Amino acid sequence: MKIVVLVKYVPEPEARWTFADDLTLDRAAVDGRLSELDEYAVEQAVRLVENGLDAEITALTVGPANAVDGLRKALAMGAHAGVHVEDAAIHGSDALATSLVLAKALEHTGFDLVLTGMGSTDAEMSVIPSMVADRLGVHQATFAGELALEGDTVTIRRESATASQQVQTQLPAVVSVTDQTGEARYPAFKAIMMAKKKPVSTYSLGDLGVDPASVGLAAAASRVVAVEPAPARAAGVQVTDDGTAATQLADFLTARGLL
Amino acid sequence: MAEVLVLVETQDAGVRKASLELLTLARRLGAPAAVVFGGGDDVVATLGEYGAERVYTVPAEDAQQYLSLPQAEVLVELARRSSPAAVLVTSGPEGKDIAARVAVRLDSGIITDAVDVTAGDGGVQARQSVFSGTWLATSRVVRGTPVITVMPNAIPPEPAPTTPTVEPVEVALTDAARGARITDRSPKQSSGRPDLTDAAVVVSGGRGVGSEDGFGLIGRVADALGGAVGATRAATDLGWIDHDLQVGQTGKTVAPNLYLAAGVSGAIQHRAGMQSSKTIVAVNKDAQAPIFEIADFGVVGDLHAVLPALVDEISRRRG
Ligand SMILES: Cc1cc2nc3c(=O)[nH]c(=O)nc-3n(C[C@H](O)[C@H](O)[C@H](O)COP(=O)(O)OP(=O)(O)OC[C@H]3O[C@@H](n4cnc5c(N)ncnc54)[C@H](O)[C@@H]3O)c2cc1C
Ligand SMILES: Nc1ncnc2c1ncn2[C@@H]1O[C@H](COP(=O)(O)O)[C@@H](O)[C@H]1O
Repeated sequence: MKIVVLVKYVPEPEARWTFADDLTLDRAAVDGRLSELDEYAVEQAVRLVENGLDAEITALTVGPANAVDGLRKALAMGAHAGVHVEDAAIHGSDALATSLVLAKALEHTGFDLVLTGMGSTDAEMSVIPSMVADRLGVHQATFAGELALEGDTVTIRRESATASQQVQTQLPAVVSVTDQTGEARYPAFKAIMMAKKKPVSTYSLGDLGVDPASVGLAAAASRVVAVEPAPARAAGVQVTDDGTAATQLADFLTARGLL
Repeated sequence: MAEVLVLVETQDAGVRKASLELLTLARRLGAPAAVVFGGGDDVVATLGEYGAERVYTVPAEDAQQYLSLPQAEVLVELARRSSPAAVLVTSGPEGKDIAARVAVRLDSGIITDAVDVTAGDGGVQARQSVFSGTWLATSRVVRGTPVITVMPNAIPPEPAPTTPTVEPVEVALTDAARGARITDRSPKQSSGRPDLTDAAVVVSGGRGVGSEDGFGLIGRVADALGGAVGATRAATDLGWIDHDLQVGQTGKTVAPNLYLAAGVSGAIQHRAGMQSSKTIVAVNKDAQAPIFEIADFGVVGDLHAVLPALVDEISRRRG
């Protein structure tokens, strides 16, 4: 069986992110890392294999040159091989274009199960998994908080605003997992060293048969037209409790009309 | 005037408040046309009350057994028929899946998690809170029919009574649409407190609360203030409180009048879900905790001393 995990290389969450002149996220200005939410997807793939599934795990990323660092992390966690789609034309792609490139890459690698994070920690759209499923014409089971695979049947549990649902589907399928699925492992030093020797193939758009004019900022179907920092929040009053803090807090709440 | 397709979600045989918010927004863009699966006369009446000029009713029995594709197929079919000014759905697992598929099939631009939607000079515009809530971006769809997922509570729902034209829609579900079956569904139980995402006051506890019992104290403060209980992922991961009450990047987004965080350090992922609260109060024994950087009122102290005293003080003042 073939499992492909979609992993994205994203800016470090603790860094201060800014926009570049073309109103895309300025990725050059901050350090990157494998999206923490995608680590849960890698973890699920590795656990399936550890629990006896006979599968080859490929980590797939679409991103700039340094995105290979994200692949190396996935390999250190236990993926067997990496695929990196890199092409200057991809910069500024919207979700429609990114999903197109991912779908083409998946056709190229082949797959039975595609695992993804619930959302990238930078774009936070949570639409790529369904888009990829739609383009590939396969089933989807998204936002899984629990995941089980038996034969060709995938069973997940997921939480919506109004209900908790159990969903079942058949492979081939795209499954996105949440941070409720179980903590992602820290790779040991030895695993990190071994990951350096694992194979990573790099493809351009041409290799995948994607027209460069169909991706990138110029082809985007939605565009950011203006940005502004969220209204600044400043630290207000700080008191140290000497037994009267509750009274002072109640005074503050009363003054703000909150009591 | 062009239609604006609004996907309606029902709850307990009524219309979910978030859907009424979509209808209110839709009026700014064109003639609201609600799309509802199931839903009897009461539902149609409520949709009319909030300005739906047309209501497409779709038989639910079959469609609601499957994940997202039935709804996506219906929306795509209606969008091809009426060339709407926009398609609006509520952000959430269902809404995201449906919107994603609709955008691919219509080859149309998608904007997710809008906190505001306006007609705009050059076409429909949406505002989003991005980069973990640290920036606001205004975006526009430049190809196809704008497909927009809107955050719950983006705006208050406003009635605009009208009598809708009801149009039953016949669907022949494709085999593909029957691909992901919902094999079990348990509706969320109400806690008896206000709903976390709607509440005017939220009292959240973190790892500093110390135990499941500690959340009893958080509940008492919430009750004294008439608010909802929230939590950090650390607290829900420890099993002290239900995961449904997690606030943050992978939990709920809230923006109450008052957010009281106790024993919460203020990690970026937690802040992403609460930093647009109007007033933020923090109680933390570590004066350096990052939560204080965004707190309007901060108490450096032990929550187990400060919060019981606060509950007493509130009941004393209320007589
Ligand atoms: C991809 C990703 C997504 C995430 N999503 C979320 C999310 O949606 N929501 C979320 O909350 N987190 C999320 N997190 C986790 C987040 O990074 C933090 O780990 C978490 O918010 C910390 O929770 P905490 O503040 O309760 O715990 P801690 O950081 O451990 O803080 C506990 C605080 O309690 C204080 N304290 C201890 N005892 C007392 C006392 N007696 N009185 C007063 N104060 C006391 C301490 O000083 C400390 O500041 C996510 C992380 C990742 C990587
Ligand atoms: N450029 C990318 N390369 C690989 N996987 C991606 C990429 N973008 C998104 N994904 C996957 O799709 C998921 C959802 O992303 P998003 O829709 O951007 O929130 C992520 O958690 C990843 O698993």
